[in-house]
Amino acid sequence: MLPLTQLGGFLVEMLGYPFMQRALVAGVCIGIVAPLVGSFLVHRQLAMIGDTLAHTAFAGVAVGIFLSNLFETNVSPYLTALVVAVLSALLIQVLSEYTDVYNDVSMAVVLAGGFAVGTVLISLTSGGIAVSINQYLFGSLSTLTRGEVEILVGLSVLVVAAIAVSYRQLVYVTFDESAARIAGIDVRLLNRLLVVLTAMVVVGAMQMMGVILVAAMLVVPVAAATQFARSFKRSIVLAIVAGQVAVLTGTTLSYAYGIAAGGTIVLVAIGVYLGAAAVTRLGPVRMR
Amino acid sequence: MSVLELADVTYSYGDRPAVENVSMTVEPGDFLGLVGPNGSGKTTLLKLMLGLLRPDSGSVTLFGRPAHEFADGTRVGYVSQAATRKAGGMPVTVREVVTMGRYPHVGLRRFRERDTERITEALDIVGVADLADRRFSTLSGGQKQRVVIARALAADAELLALDEPTVGVDAESREAFYDLLRRLNREGLTVLLVEHDIGVVTAFATRVACINRRLFFHGDSIDFSESDALREAYGANQQLLDHHHH
Repeated sequence: MLPLTQLGGFLVEMLGYPFMQRALVAGVCIGIVAPLVGSFLVHRQLAMIGDTLAHTAFAGVAVGIFLSNLFETNVSPYLTALVVAVLSALLIQVLSEYTDVYNDVSMAVVLAGGFAVGTVLISLTSGGIAVSINQYLFGSLSTLTRGEVEILVGLSVLVVAAIAVSYRQLVYVTFDESAARIAGIDVRLLNRLLVVLTAMVVVGAMQMMGVILVAAMLVVPVAAATQFARSFKRSIVLAIVAGQVAVLTGTTLSYAYGIAAGGTIVLVAIGVYLGAAAVTRLGPVRMR
Repeated sequence: MSVLELADVTYSYGDRPAVENVSMTVEPGDFLGLVGPNGSGKTTLLKLMLGLLRPDSGSVTLFGRPAHEFADGTRVGYVSQAATRKAGGMPVTVREVVTMGRYPHVGLRRFRERDTERITEALDIVGVADLADRRFSTLSGGQKQRVVIARALAADAELLALDEPTVGVDAESREAFYDLLRRLNREGLTVLLVEHDIGVVTAFATRVACINRRLFFHGDSIDFSESDALREAYGANQQLLDHHHH
């Protein structure tokens, strides 16, 4: 165990680096919005959609890089990822409205298709972009730019505001879709809103978490909170707490030991989940 | 004004007809039991009545408006089969569920005293006040159905529609549940009950509609017991005749 003064010195040093400041701001945002949106996804058995959208976002990144190369301009891969992920989200949603189910198979097809388009486009792009692809796949702390963090903060404010306004309706639809429809709620509109918000969260968090792991932040903190929470409101708060613990601990460990940030954050989140599961099963813990 | 008016309603899933040429009305204060063999189109008819499905031909009028356009969330409460089975893992308290019924009244504004009162009353009426802070998923099937009814009461619903609400509920709780429905009906609530158990319907409902794609009977439940409608309707679906006749 580090002596306290040494730990303090370590934290001061870490917080002194602008790239770590950016990473922590980004992490806090991710730790809020991902569990927030994830709470609605998980309890509608839509956990899979985050992963699917992350992979289509990867296609979006590739489109950005491809276009930049083709026209020798600077198209932000972030922006193209956002556009492609939002369009994919709406496409999946509209398809499900026509077929009346969220189909596991079609979701898997879109997921694989998105990733395939991404790899093909990248292989068509000449020159040394392999490095930056790794960064999108696995995420990175050090390459977050100020602009990217600003976009993430902006997206987060938008997501929180949208959920605050539609919270009651979202809860009703999550709990009982048919009854919500009969209660006069525009279920179709809300479903579209939810998938678009998911796309925004996934793209916002992708830079730091990586395409492959970003969806975990939508699911794992929520799974942990569900063990304890009695009310839905409480479950959201607890999920965000779990998200913050994962992000802040994971980012710090990643910095201290030079290990992959996305992976570390997800492992801490899973640790929190397992701890929650163990505590609720072993001890007579009152639900909160 | 009738609560519901169906005129020559037909609905098919692809080329498989589920409901054919059904015409009937439901008046305020009715307790209508909707019976029929498995696969007879009971649930489909209920969904048509509530505007969850749109008829291929004919019309469904709910409180004077086409059912599929009906959007006054305060007048209809719906208890689906799924309401208790699904949402299994979602952390949500009994009070939160009943509060949902109030959402159409409240919209985006804050909850007023009147809203909270209605929620507390609704919890009381169905006898789950002591469970208000429990997590919904920890309740028994019968308790869950009461909570979902309380949600409809909190909405000040005038019509309560239930789709086989007591599947998986033990016999004693079922009896108490149907007693509750009868009490609510006598206090003025219109009840629409899809039920496979004909005994329950003849015992508790005041009106019966018996369908097997077509409407075989629609009238007072006393007349239904004496009519041949049951035999005719179930005869059209042979394999279930014996099963349903005791």
